Amino acid sequence: MGRYVARRLLQMIPVFIGSTLLIFCMMYVLPGDPVRALWGEQSADPAQIAALKHQLGLDLPLWHQYWNYLTGLFQGDFGTQIASQRPVADVIAQAFPVTLRLTIFAFVFTVVAGVLLGLIAGLRADKALDRVVLFFTLLLISVPSFVLGFLFQYLFAFKLGWVTPTVQDSEAWGQLLLPAIVLAGLSLAYVTRLTRTSVAENLRADYIRTAVAKGLPHRRVVGVHLLRNSLIPVVTFLGTDVGSLMAGAVVTEGIFNVQGIGNAIFEALNRREGSTVVGIVTLIVIVYLVASLIVDLLYAVLDPRIRYA
Amino acid sequence: MTLLEVRDLHVDFHTRDGIVKAVNGVNYSVDAGETLAVLGESGSGKSVTAQAIMGILDMPPGRIPKGEILFQGEDMLTMSKEQRRKLRGAKIAMIFQDALSSLNPVLSVGYQLGEMFRVHQGLSRKEARAKSIELMDRVNIPAAKDRVRDYPHQFSGGMRQRIMIAMALALEPDLIIADEPTTALDVTVQAQVMELLADLQREFNMGLILITHDLGVVADVADKIAVMYAGRIVETAPVKELYKAPAHPYTRGLLDSIPRLDQKGRELYAIQGLPPNMSRVPEGCAFHPRCPAAQDICRSELPPLAEVGAGRGSACHFWKETLGD
Ligand SMILES: Nc1ncnc2c1ncn2[C@@H]1O[C@H](COP(=O)(O)OP(=O)(O)OP(=O)(O)O)[C@@H](O)[C@H]1O
Ligand code: SF4
Ligand SMILES: [Mg+2]
Repeated sequence: MGRYVARRLLQMIPVFIGSTLLIFCMMYVLPGDPVRALWGEQSADPAQIAALKHQLGLDLPLWHQYWNYLTGLFQGDFGTQIASQRPVADVIAQAFPVTLRLTIFAFVFTVVAGVLLGLIAGLRADKALDRVVLFFTLLLISVPSFVLGFLFQYLFAFKLGWVTPTVQDSEAWGQLLLPAIVLAGLSLAYVTRLTRTSVAENLRADYIRTAVAKGLPHRRVVGVHLLRNSLIPVVTFLGTDVGSLMAGAVVTEGIFNVQGIGNAIFEALNRREGSTVVGIVTLIVIVYLVASLIVDLLYAVLDPRIRYA
Repeated sequence: MTLLEVRDLHVDFHTRDGIVKAVNGVNYSVDAGETLAVLGESGSGKSVTAQAIMGILDMPPGRIPKGEILFQGEDMLTMSKEQRRKLRGAKIAMIFQDALSSLNPVLSVGYQLGEMFRVHQGLSRKEARAKSIELMDRVNIPAAKDRVRDYPHQFSGGMRQRIMIAMALALEPDLIIADEPTTALDVTVQAQVMELLADLQREFNMGLILITHDLGVVADVADKIAVMYAGRIVETAPVKELYKAPAHPYTRGLLDSIPRLDQKGRELYAIQGLPPNMSRVPEGCAFHPRCPAAQDICRSELPPLAEVGAGRGSACHFWKETLGD
């Protein structure tokens, strides 16, 4: 087990280098120029621009720039934004926790509500309630999340007035509730359907019949024997889902004006702030890798037939 | 005393293709310490009858429109759910065919054995574990103490079936139903497992309903036999008498299809045709399309289970002729 974790952690190094390099190259070939942008519409002195570029190291060849970036990173320096002169680390430190909170919120909601709904539907497969759940989850899957976002905004903010249409204070947990639900929508639908199918299938399994034949109370048959087996495929799905939740967060933040990384990336892209984009995306990749490692370990806990070596 | 008596039991399944009448008036009984072997081709309703006794039928689609299942004199079909649950595992236990799929793959065998004591007797986890180790010892699992934490997939097929047996015996029930307990095992371990089961049965003086296809095993361990065809008992008799002189053409066909040492090399007899589709059971005697002795009356009239001797019954219009041949 320990060796497995160590190996997985080591595997993150090439992924880290690969993803930073990839995004670095993408930023490099993108048209537009962060230094030229400082002058806006005004005409600028080419000599002045060249001088500034030289000072920032932007006139160096791509590999050299990347090398500088990496060495800076290993000294804990994420770089500095050109226009605002803010250290990128500050930008991340401010935006990242907001997005992380939103994602965690959505994740917990996905797991709790998805498993619960899936269990209820699966236990009554093909009954009316199950049909209703299947219908609504299908609806959630087919509606793009931004449509759902605007719909909820319209309904809960403009019509019912329960919440403000946009998030005023991104630090406040309560205000993140609506965006989190919108963000969770798609994953929730998948988790519900997956749990439902898995529960309905396992319900017919021989070992459930054995559990009943042992005279166990219904609660125990469902809670101990059925649920644990049914969650195995769900956990696998959740591992990959953390990544899509973080990506989805970028869109949801836009709708509800949450000051998270989505916002930060958007601004940075507009101003061609390469180091900011690379820093944030790399962080997302790392969170994704760590989350899927945790899920893989959890998978082994749930299913003893899986052994990592 | 009669431990279990099944009276005129009917079981239907309501499926998309219509009503499957899986069990159509089964009668049988078992005494304490007695072994009843239930024989019959695939689909004849052996397992469904057992599941009805155990109270583990899938309902729906299953339904019991008629019948009684008396356990120690009380009809289990009229009991409350909770009453029945308490009987399951504690008084009546079941051993299934495929131990690998019948044990929970994600729980240790110690946990699954211990559950019996924790749920039915309220023992603590620790006490239950000690009892589980004892049980595993009892069914001859080597190094029980070390293996109690292992999972089902870590055991061999024979060992897994021993664990199933241990689980069924945990609370020393009065009745055990074993549904083809050795079919899924290697031939070499089949005899061992069967012997273990028979020994334990004798030791605890339990009633045993043994569902099997293996007529060799039946001759060794059973006291009496019930032969099922198309959801009915067609013949019931003490083992020796039935082997000596069957009173039903179907039983005769089954016996003739056993490979015998003194007939080595000869082609095996096989009953012609296939068992009926249970949603369209033939009129009259259900066996008539396959019966070599069938007459006109067989196609129209259902033969009742007639008494053909002490403790013997046959559902054939021509049982006398069959017996006399
Ligand atoms: N859950 C169910 N739904 C619908 N039909 C069922 C169900 N369970 C059993 N049956 C039907 O009931 C009939 C009797 O099945 P049963 O399992 O009792 O046969 P069996 O005698 O045990 O055969 P085998 O030797 O193959 O185990 C079969 O025709 C089967 O298709
Ligand atoms: S009743 Fe007729 S068809 Fe049925 S077993 Fe007897 S002889 Fe054969
Ligand atoms: Mg069967």
